[in-house]
Amino acid sequence: MKVSYFPGCTLKTKAKDLEEYALKSAKALGVEMEEIENWQCCGGAFTTSSDEIATKLSSVRALNSARQKGQSLVSVCSACHNVLKQTNHAIKSNLEFSQKTNNYLKSENIEYNGETEVLHFLELLRDKVGYDEIKAKVVNPLKDLKVCCYYGCLLLRPSKVMQMDDAENPSILEDLVRALGAEPKYFGFRNECCGGYTIMDQKGDAKGKSKLILDSAKKAGVDVIVTACPLCLYNLKKNQDGVKVVYFTELLAEALGVKE
Amino acid sequence: MEKLENIQKEIIRISGVNPKKCMQCGKCSGTCPAYDQMEYHPHQFVSMLKSGDIEPLLKSESIYACLTCFACVDRCPRGVEPAKIIDAVRVIVQREQGKSRLKADGIEKYLDEEIPGQALVTAMRKYNK
Repeated sequence: MKVSYFPGCTLKTKAKDLEEYALKSAKALGVEMEEIENWQCCGGAFTTSSDEIATKLSSVRALNSARQKGQSLVSVCSACHNVLKQTNHAIKSNLEFSQKTNNYLKSENIEYNGETEVLHFLELLRDKVGYDEIKAKVVNPLKDLKVCCYYGCLLLRPSKVMQMDDAENPSILEDLVRALGAEPKYFGFRNECCGGYTIMDQKGDAKGKSKLILDSAKKAGVDVIVTACPLCLYNLKKNQDGVKVVYFTELLAEALGVKE
Repeated sequence: MEKLENIQKEIIRISGVNPKKCMQCGKCSGTCPAYDQMEYHPHQFVSMLKSGDIEPLLKSESIYACLTCFACVDRCPRGVEPAKIIDAVRVIVQREQGKSRLKADGIEKYLDEEIPGQALVTAMRKYNK
């Protein structure tokens, strides 16, 4: 299976682990992640205002690049996936937005109308590879490891658009963790926001939000928290107080025996 | 007055939100992780947009406290989507020349060795036009 891959800015810099373990795992599972050429940063956040056009063009170029190859567009970062998916939805559901976007892209000979299937790496694992298949390929089961799966906000919401999972009671990460032989531990704050970008200029408030998440996970009895988002990882680690926080791809690579 | 009426219409148009759908249950504010940092809360953005009391919203720091985590959007029983109102007000305020909250000059003071590029680009998207 071959898919188009959108890495995003942070997976090439501060979140190299997130990418490296995803690519190694994909290879072990027989999935070829073909990085799209000349990709541009997604901008980190989707501006919901419908008259914002220029800030969404980088996503449309990436979506169109995958469409030209007839491939799904996969990203591993929660933020990139959120922006790509919301942009794709806007193109499909808002004719005025679609027309204005295509006006911008005429000079690049692009006409794009939302044809591409946008998948997060987790959806690729669950829906295209299959958790049974992954379970069969596990060589180092993560026995007795207690894992808190932290979703944050970007993977799940707005759920009407993202459609990855039940936004209030998700299971895509817990089911994966179970397939790897570990034990998922549920905790109340797994789908609440970590404070996100407000860590830049409102540090104290952002830290308060991360602390609620960490306290909630600690109460559940946890060895490690997993996330798919570099900013969540940063915010949780800044506050961590003894709890280990890693990318979900690290556990996946470890279980598949391709971590080193 | 006419200017504010026009901004009210603009917020409704670019956010796609119909504030008249709100039944004032307050669930949006109850679930908001930034509630304590806000002078005006999500349910007030909805009611003040409906009544046309726009000026206080345009001047409030509350627009920078919203995390756009979409908790209010997902949990509203009437599908009102308050975060889209806050996003629209933030965009309208910062489109005015010189009104960007965060500028590239001086951004170093917010950085440390581990902070991901994602934090910078997202903050610039939210706080700069």
